Amino acid sequence: MIDWEIVADNLPAFAGGLVNTLILLATVIVSGFAISVPLALMRSTRSSYVSRAVWLFTYVIRGTPLLVQLFIIYYGMAQFEFVRSSALWPLFRSPWFCAWLALTINTVAYTTEIFAGAIRTTAPGEIEAARSIGLSRAAVLRYVIWPSAWRRALPQYGNEVVMMMHATALASTVTIVEVMRVARDVYTNYLVLTESFGVAAAIYLCLTIGLTALFRRLEKHFLRHLSRSEAPNAKVQPAERLNPKVA
Amino acid sequence: MFQGYLPMILEGLSVTLSVASVSLAIACVIGLIGASAKVYGGKAARLSAAAYTTTVRALPDLLVMLVVFYGGQILLNSISETHGWGYLDVDPYIAGVSTIGFVFGAYLTETFRGAILSVPAGQIEAGFAYGLSRFQVAFYILLPQMIRHAVPGLTNTWLVMLKATALVSIIGLDDMVHRAGLASAATREPFTFYALIGLIYLAVTTCSVLLFGALEKASSRGVRSGGAA
Repeated sequence: MIDWEIVADNLPAFAGGLVNTLILLATVIVSGFAISVPLALMRSTRSSYVSRAVWLFTYVIRGTPLLVQLFIIYYGMAQFEFVRSSALWPLFRSPWFCAWLALTINTVAYTTEIFAGAIRTTAPGEIEAARSIGLSRAAVLRYVIWPSAWRRALPQYGNEVVMMMHATALASTVTIVEVMRVARDVYTNYLVLTESFGVAAAIYLCLTIGLTALFRRLEKHFLRHLSRSEAPNAKVQPAERLNPKVA
Repeated sequence: MFQGYLPMILEGLSVTLSVASVSLAIACVIGLIGASAKVYGGKAARLSAAAYTTTVRALPDLLVMLVVFYGGQILLNSISETHGWGYLDVDPYIAGVSTIGFVFGAYLTETFRGAILSVPAGQIEAGFAYGLSRFQVAFYILLPQMIRHAVPGLTNTWLVMLKATALVSIIGLDDMVHRAGLASAATREPFTFYALIGLIYLAVTTCSVLLFGALEKASSRGVRSGGAA
């Protein structure tokens, strides 16, 4: 049923596609994280102007399709003479830069809302306690608010990273040869489904499973203080079972 | 400003909206079947529903869409060959609607599963105790009560789906994105047209948020809430 010869012949192309997918994903996740953290802090400040400006940005980005954002950057910027004559033109002409920019802007909008939501749900008592023992505002942010917000945001942030991995498939529409593009090329060359999209599906499935496992480990690491099995009174259980009245 | 292309783009909007709403209907049907399979089904039904939701949610939408589009074409060809019907073409509208419905049916399966589980079991038992049939219990007791719990998930799915319809332009459906591409090729003003459809998407999203907010309010009539509202 499956023509393994076609699969073997195109394995190097798929490997190259996988490398490009991973490079795109890694750069987008790093820049997206670096930009979202300060934006999330701005989004959750009391100053309504700053917070509203960030909200407007995330609302506009979250309300429009990523494909359209990508096309605005890749095809749209060339419309303006000042862009074409500026020093930035070589960047906007490169599909890699445009795909990176579009995906980064997109993930920043979603990640900012995830982090801001987690920051907003910090227990007020924790912040008051930290302030009352004399920590500066910056120290409260660094040692109290961010660590607990990060822990609360982790599951949702993991979902967002998986979504971004899937979103890199859209880069195939602007000539970047990642896994999706390779699959479409193999399909057009051989007109076989399993050996083209099937292989791509297997790759994406492995990436999803890998990322999910990675985030489960991260959650285990950062949320280990909540794990029941490692709680110090776990050893008490057998005694309780023997004598129910203790509980 | 749009050099006479605005009516064409707005026609594309009606294609986009029709793709999105028909896909939502399909996704709802698939989601209800999937959720009942997960909650009430036997082992085989539960396993296949789990395989469906896990696989679909682990793959990029674009990939599933292309597989259904090309796979449907191959399937159709082989069927028509054995029956001697000659060459049949997959209509991009049907392909787009069925793939988006198929993909988001997986998300709605999870939404509806949660909604079914949040209806107290006593309600269902009471229905049976009064002698209602399974059908009556499902339609008069389960469905009205689960809608309230499903609305937030449904809103979210609708918003994501609306944006996912942009992908149908890749398989050749003449939607808003495709028309914006045509208009920008003709006028050499890609920014103008892609920004225009971006704003149209934003307007549709905003209207949807308001509408679904009203639906949420309506479906929660008579429910006491803990908040000040």
